[in-house]
Formats: sequence, structure tokens, C-alpha cells
Amino acid sequence: MFSSAQATAWVDASATVIEANAGPLTKLDQAIGDGDHGSNMARGFGAVRERVGGLEDPDLGAVFKGVSVALVSKVGGASGPLYGSFYLGLAKSFGDASEVDDEELAKALPAGLDGIIARGKGQLEDKTMIDALSPALDALEAAVGEGKELGEALDAAEAAAAEGVKATIPLIARKGRASYLGERSRDHQDPGATSAHLIIKALADTVNGR
Amino acid sequence: MGVGMVVVSHSAKIAEGTVELAAQMAGEVLIKAAGGTDDGGIGTDAGMIAEAIEAADSGDGVLILVDLGSAVLSTSMAIEELIDESIRGRVRIAEAPVVEGAVIGAVQASTGATLDEVERAAVEAATMAKVKD
Repeated sequence: MFSSAQATAWVDASATVIEANAGPLTKLDQAIGDGDHGSNMARGFGAVRERVGGLEDPDLGAVFKGVSVALVSKVGGASGPLYGSFYLGLAKSFGDASEVDDEELAKALPAGLDGIIARGKGQLEDKTMIDALSPALDALEAAVGEGKELGEALDAAEAAAAEGVKATIPLIARKGRASYLGERSRDHQDPGATSAHLIIKALADTVNGR
Repeated sequence: MGVGMVVVSHSAKIAEGTVELAAQMAGEVLIKAAGGTDDGGIGTDAGMIAEAIEAADSGDGVLILVDLGSAVLSTSMAIEELIDESIRGRVRIAEAPVVEGAVIGAVQASTGATLDEVERAAVEAATMAKVKD
């Protein structure tokens, strides 16, 4: 089961891990982007914490709608509307439910990814957040399908996201500022995939009580 | 009231300056700036853009000029998810350069032109000769 209390805890854990990694994320973005991913995401998640913290007894849809609205206004860079679309996809998928079963969570996350793809028109191996999220959600779906516990399934998703992040290193960027660099974007880890992995890791840690 | 316009840029100064320039030639056109983040930084803010679109609409539609990257994504987010559904069908992002598109689009809008006509004028600004005869 996945409850709105867990959703709020996930959001809070995401804010914490993004804030803690703002420096490294910005450093990755300085190499191949405009050097603001960490500070942008930290500012966005600061606003998320405030907005979601102020909600009274929210259902799952309200939690993720709140995250989306805060991110699209406060991040500033392309990650704002992209992650905003991810969380809006979750919000629409959950609707006014306050608790869903594991299969529904495993279905809602791909709805979020679809939101990112529709907004940014990106695909696998473009060297973006999709390269971490897509393998993670495939692993999650497979593990849930095999009847694994949600915590264990999310650990598999986290491991797949980490692999996906590493796999961005040799890629040439085809989206975002990094794509302006062409060949020179090779041999760098994608900052968007890195932040996406941190968010999936925060979910696995939250559900596993870590 | 005619077609309204919004200028979206990563920089508040670019957005405001472009509006100022366009207004000098077409003062009666409703044209709004939505640039930068709300704390004065470089970036775009879908919430701010949505408010500007609603403020620029008087029923005849809104043409939006955007600079690059997140300006496009934030604006599409604002149109598809944040503005009032009733005006969504008359709001467009122009495939046009920000400054030239805003000035030429605003001049066209000031003649009482339709959204299609204003959009076409802004798009044509991309290939307007500046140096050649």
C-alpha cells in the first residue's frame, strides 16, 4: 500500500536529498549545461516543502498537484515544467484516493514519465532524466508483477535508475542546453538523470522506512 | 479590444524591454512581460506566464513570444495546465524571434488584425531582411 502520508514523506525526503546534493548537481550542470540545476532544484523543492507542508490532510492527488505547482513556478529552468509534468501525471493518476495498492503506484509513476515525455518530447538515450526514470519504472513494474513487496520492488527500481544514470555518461545529448555542445557533451554524467535517480531513491528509502 | 501578446524570456529585463519597445509602436495593444523568476533571477515561471496570458486576453486571443529552452516548456505547461480552459483555444506560441516578432506582431495587432494575422506577421519577422537591400 502507498498512502498520502507516505507521499508527503517521499516529497519531504526528496527535498532533503535534493538540497543536500545541490552542489554536485550544479557541478554536473556546469560541465554540460547552464550550471544551475542544483540551485534551481533546491529552490523548487524548498517551495514544494512549504506548499505541501501547508496542506491539511491531503489526498494523493492534492499532494502531487501541490508539488507540481510549486516546481513549475519556482525551479526556473526546464526541469521545472518537466518535473512539474511528472508530478501532475502522478496527481491525475491517483485522483482523490488517499491510499492505493502497489500495482496502482507502479502504474501512476509511468503516467508521470509520460508527462515528461509529452512535455519535453524526449526519448531514451537523449541524455536526460528519462534515461534514469524509464529503466527504473520498467524494473518496478517487473518486480511488482513478480509479486515482490513494494519496498523490494522500489529497491530494484532505484538500482536500475542508478545504472541508467551511469549509462548517460557516454551519450551525446540530444535535448536541452547540453545538446548545443554536441560531441563535447560526451563523457559527462547527465544532471537531470542524476536528480531523477535521487528522487526514486528517496521513494525507495521512504517506503522501506530508511 | 484586439489580440493581446505576452513576451516570455529567461530575463525579466529582456521581457520588459521588448514590451517597452513594442508598446512604443503600438501603445494600444495589450502586451505583457513574463520574464525571469519571481526572485529576480534568470529563468522562467509557468505560474507567472499563465497570469500574463490571462491578463493579455480580452477575448480575441493571445500570441506569445518565447526565447529558448525552458521558456517554451514553461509556456506550454502554462497553456495546457494552468490557464483557464475557456481561453486555451485562442492562445498560441509564435515560431518567431522575440524582439522582431513582438514589435511586428504588435504593430499588426494594433490594426485590429485577427490572431492568425498577428501570428503570421510575427513569424515572417524571422526572415525579414535587416542588412541586405
